[in-house]
Amino acid sequence: MTLCPVQVRDLKKSYGSFTAVDGISFDIHEGETFALLGPNGAGKSTTIEILEGYRDRTSGEVRVLGVDPQRGGLDWKAQLGIVLQSTGESGNVTVLEQLNHFASYYPHPRKVADVIEAVGLGSKAKTRISKLSGGQRRRVDVALGIIGRPKLLFLDEPTTGFDPEARRQFWDLIKELKSEGTTILLTTHYLDEAAMLADRAGVIAGGTLVDIGPIDEIGGASARVPLVRWRQDGADHAERTSEPAALAARLFAEHGGEVPGLEITRPSLEDIYLDMVGAHAAGLESGAA
Amino acid sequence: MKTVQLGMFRIGYELKLYFRQGDSVFFTFLFPIVMLSIFAVAFSTTENVGAAPDGSGGISWAAFYVPGMVAAGMLLSGVQNLAVDIATEKGDGTLKRLGGTPLPVFSYFIGKIGMVLVSSVAQVLLLLLVARFAFNVELPTEADKWLTFVWVFFFGVMTSCVLGIALSALPRTGKSATAVVIPMVLVLQFISGVYLNFAQLPEWLQNFASIFPLKWMAQGMRSVFLPATFEAAESSGSWDLGLVALVMGLWLVAGLVLCRITFRWIRKDS
Repeated sequence: MTLCPVQVRDLKKSYGSFTAVDGISFDIHEGETFALLGPNGAGKSTTIEILEGYRDRTSGEVRVLGVDPQRGGLDWKAQLGIVLQSTGESGNVTVLEQLNHFASYYPHPRKVADVIEAVGLGSKAKTRISKLSGGQRRRVDVALGIIGRPKLLFLDEPTTGFDPEARRQFWDLIKELKSEGTTILLTTHYLDEAAMLADRAGVIAGGTLVDIGPIDEIGGASARVPLVRWRQDGADHAERTSEPAALAARLFAEHGGEVPGLEITRPSLEDIYLDMVGAHAAGLESGAA
Repeated sequence: MKTVQLGMFRIGYELKLYFRQGDSVFFTFLFPIVMLSIFAVAFSTTENVGAAPDGSGGISWAAFYVPGMVAAGMLLSGVQNLAVDIATEKGDGTLKRLGGTPLPVFSYFIGKIGMVLVSSVAQVLLLLLVARFAFNVELPTEADKWLTFVWVFFFGVMTSCVLGIALSALPRTGKSATAVVIPMVLVLQFISGVYLNFAQLPEWLQNFASIFPLKWMAQGMRSVFLPATFEAAESSGSWDLGLVALVMGLWLVAGLVLCRITFRWIRKDS
């Protein structure tokens, strides 16, 4: 049995009387891309920063690549790639200079030119980082995160400020890293991104894990019953059914031909996620009342 | 070994950043040269310092201010530059990013100190060239004076560097760094014989200033650049180079201990 790169057991973190993370447990398997989803302030970033070694936990067990992050040394850090949520450095060096310099920290760095190409900054290699747009700077962050050939890559809202094309490029890059066997922990507000990249996801709300599972199972089977919509006698109809094809066939037969406005959809990850987070918030309110 | 090698890489990187950043180059790098020029020009019509009653002899005001400006440069490049620089890097996320890489803290320090050493050597050379050729200041010719210059200079810059690193822990945010650090070094310069003639300060203020290393850096530099006749004007009537070394040494050790205790890549749990 191989050891999971990330193991979290009953993780808690409080700041004074405020509990930011309230007993979270999950594993990330080797080579897996795991998405941590949740609204702002839910505890995502606190959790990821505890795993990265930036914050100390209040209680619980955490192992990252077999090491307690609070005691992670330089050899441990050499195996990690960290893309932080926000950066604001002055950036008086060029993209190429910055990557060359950071590459020197790591024992087995990737080729700098390849990384610059991979993040789509080939034409900006000799431009100072301070002269780049927000989205381009974010790509530099990503490049710095992967330059050291990490075994485990943390991506905290990596595509904020990307245009759609840049996001597609970024997704291709992540898929490539995945195919090389990199384990990835991703937080994002873009549910389509999580659906596209992640194998499994955990949904955090109010410091607890509301659900965890493979992307296509999260929220449970009932949350993803397909919806069939059609028009009949000038009115819109909709029905949720686990046998949409049968319903469509029945409508076809009844109607004696093509059904106007027929549409069969499955709830997207975003629909399911919003339902879950909404339900959690509603639960909190009714509990408080 | 890797730590030292990475430290060397950091020096190159830091120097690149330092000289690309216009405002710090002006305020710390050129500052002593600008100040020397102001004093030299402002007092150019005044009679010489230490002149005989008939107006002959003595040295020019430019010559009189050279040791103070050298000492100010040592303090500014180390303490002011590093304290503000590191506090700013803490504030803007640079240190957080570095803290997530396998860069040893010590390599980071080597980079900062090396950057200060290189820039302060360039600074003092430029200062002395300006003094010599723009203001016609006679520089010492004796080898033992230059030997004193070298050890006081490097010892003083090292002490300033570790104090700067230690002081960087003080400002709560990057933005407040200048506001916290500059008043401290400014007051220190006024009471340590950089701008004002130390011998003319009240005794209690002299005693107070003697706690801090700048007074001793300036004194060490006076022993190099001022004629022997000025030695009698020192508070003890002597250059006291042994004490110069001792006080700087104590501050160096204190600074190292403080760095060890206070330096963190990030403020955890803030």
